[in-house]
Amino acid sequence: METKAVMIVGVGGQGSLLASRLLGNVLIAQGYDVKVSEVHGMSQRGGSVITYVKYGDKVYSPVVEKGEADAVISFELLEAARALPYLKKGGTIVTSTQQIDPMPVITGAAAYPEGLEQKIKDKGVNLIAVDALSLAEQAGTAKASNVVLMGVLSTKLGFPEELWQQAVEKCVPAKFLDLNKKAFELGRNAAK
Amino acid sequence: MNKLMLGNEAFARGLYEAGCRIVSSYPGTPSTEITEEAAKYDEMYAEWAPNEKVAMETALGASIAGARSFCGMKHVGLNVAADPLYTAGYTGVNAGMVIAVADDQGMHSSQNEQDSRHHAIASKVPMVEPSDSAEVKDFVKLAYDLSEKFDVPFIVRMSTRVAHSQCLVEMADRVDNGLKEYKKDPQKFVMVPAFAKKRHVVVEERTKQLIEYAENCPFNRVEISDTAEFGVITNGAAYQYVKEALGDRASVLKIGMVNPMPVKLIQDFAAKYETVYVIEELEGIIEEHCRSIGVNNVKGKEIFGYIGELHQDVIAEKLLGEKKEYVELDENIPIRPPVMCPGCPHRGLFYCLKKLGVYVSGDIGCYTLGASAPLNAIDTTICMGASISGLHGFNKARGGEYEHKAVAVIGDSTFMHSGMTGLVNIAYNDSNSTVIILDNSITGMTGHQQNPTTGKNLKGDPAYAVDLEALCRSLGIKRVRVTDPYNLAQTEAAIKEELAADEASVIISRRPCALLKYVKHNPPLKVNADKCVGCKMCMQLGCPAISIKDGKAVIDHTQCVGCGICQEQCKVGAIE
Repeated sequence: METKAVMIVGVGGQGSLLASRLLGNVLIAQGYDVKVSEVHGMSQRGGSVITYVKYGDKVYSPVVEKGEADAVISFELLEAARALPYLKKGGTIVTSTQQIDPMPVITGAAAYPEGLEQKIKDKGVNLIAVDALSLAEQAGTAKASNVVLMGVLSTKLGFPEELWQQAVEKCVPAKFLDLNKKAFELGRNAAK
Repeated sequence: MNKLMLGNEAFARGLYEAGCRIVSSYPGTPSTEITEEAAKYDEMYAEWAPNEKVAMETALGASIAGARSFCGMKHVGLNVAADPLYTAGYTGVNAGMVIAVADDQGMHSSQNEQDSRHHAIASKVPMVEPSDSAEVKDFVKLAYDLSEKFDVPFIVRMSTRVAHSQCLVEMADRVDNGLKEYKKDPQKFVMVPAFAKKRHVVVEERTKQLIEYAENCPFNRVEISDTAEFGVITNGAAYQYVKEALGDRASVLKIGMVNPMPVKLIQDFAAKYETVYVIEELEGIIEEHCRSIGVNNVKGKEIFGYIGELHQDVIAEKLLGEKKEYVELDENIPIRPPVMCPGCPHRGLFYCLKKLGVYVSGDIGCYTLGASAPLNAIDTTICMGASISGLHGFNKARGGEYEHKAVAVIGDSTFMHSGMTGLVNIAYNDSNSTVIILDNSITGMTGHQQNPTTGKNLKGDPAYAVDLEALCRSLGIKRVRVTDPYNLAQTEAAIKEELAADEASVIISRRPCALLKYVKHNPPLKVNADKCVGCKMCMQLGCPAISIKDGKAVIDHTQCVGCGICQEQCKVGAIE
């Protein structure tokens, strides 16, 4: 199988590392060769963060370049727009509708672009936008947005749901398991 | 059993399986997780040293004592540890010793993009370079055996992509052969000129043997493609980009032993192709080696340059003329640079410094973010410890009024690393300098590592905590005081007073990092829209939780930790 690429983007501190681990575990359970590339250090501090997940028979490069991603998962709307050039023709973007002002917007040096969802759709991109933050709060904590988005993604990649459930059990601390399972379910339902 | 592992996690697993016993490192992105992961194995003693030089000397001491040892650092850390490295090349080892150095191609989290292969070449210490997590573990284990066989430490060169990418790694059991015998051997370990002259001869002889070994070793690999249009010589992370971009269109010589490099292996490979591309990130070290051994049908830096990473898209475009199609929005997407977190104790201090308009000699850590908008408070950032010694030089040069308008800022961990010596210099050579230690009780930027001031060791167990106030006094600074950066008025007054004083002083700006688990936060604050006059005074703090909507300040409740400095800043009492 040709190598597939998923990009997970967001703002430092939003939980993209857990999301990539979840996905990585599902892909291994499916028997793929997998590479997950993370960002550590300085850019974690509230900056744009990007994680790459690639899978196939044999994966070489751990990074994703422009025009290569089959799917982009975004925790924040502006970051979805920033990642757009990385999407392959015919690829899918799953994004949270959450908006977090970057520092240039806070200081007034730039404006947060209006109508991003529509503008991305107008480029012929398959965009699925969900209010992951509200769903996560419904599940019990705003921090579970990452698992909500993985729930949405799980309906698009076509792997058995039980593999996802097992991955959630493996990657999430036991005391937060019920909460995260609920968040995952809310994500799956939102995708329908 | 196999597991998805970060390159750094696989490195720690390699240390464990190889029977390593002593680990001493200083944190630095992208090398930090090697030592954090190593600390999870009870069979290995692991510690954070105050700096890389101490770490390397500790590892060498352990090797001399007969224990397989390790020290890890980022590329710039190897500069600090270069002194022991160059002489360790002469003494060699007793039990095997492995050094990790992690380069940061693309400068994801560093102040320069130096290529640490230069240190290996200059010190004549062998260096190997894996391309993914599975290779990392294999290379580390083999490096220990070779360190003992050739009687020299081995450097394993990592890079951001290899260190921070996960791939599947097959695990094996630990083999621990116990401590080797220690025998006193001054001719080998006492590097006075008479003995060192003899050891230099050994070093040159060993290098010849290592080149011989490199001709036919498991680190280097030839991958011939029957449909190859040209040859490629590559190393490290670049190997993965080459394979992805070129597939069967190129035959590949993968150089896993980057110092010393083979001669005949390269000559034979290059002779098979009309053109051979050398695809290596940063410096043209393999390419220059090719030319030095008479292999002249190579092209490299003239095409790829010396800057950043060489991802698959760059290689495909430069060598095949292929470019992927993509779409982008027609408008400008505002950048999202890293920022100080909500509740960060550094914010209050930098706001005061900006307000006072002083020269700020900066250092390496989270507080380097004080250089970005809207605080824009920092004048210089060079390397670990340079804030204090740089300020001393600045004050000696300009003196007079300037001494009352200039400060150095340095974190607690960086002060322990190499700030203390600069402070001694200020006291000893008498400059009227004002040094601010930003004591947030942790090594922040690299992801919360303990250090000698925090009262805990790497394993999280209680440890001696350096008394910063007493230390600064004993180094010769009479004026030492502590302030709370959440209290803006107190902080500003303290800076003014110490700048006005006619002798050197230290201000310890003390408040734990807001991300520490034990720090209890106040409930999020709210803006009373009826009281808010839209003056934007709160916006000057550069807090990511505060924004302006419809002319009034708004606080994001998911981000705010209730630190309260915006409340102090608000002149109309609108923040509740």
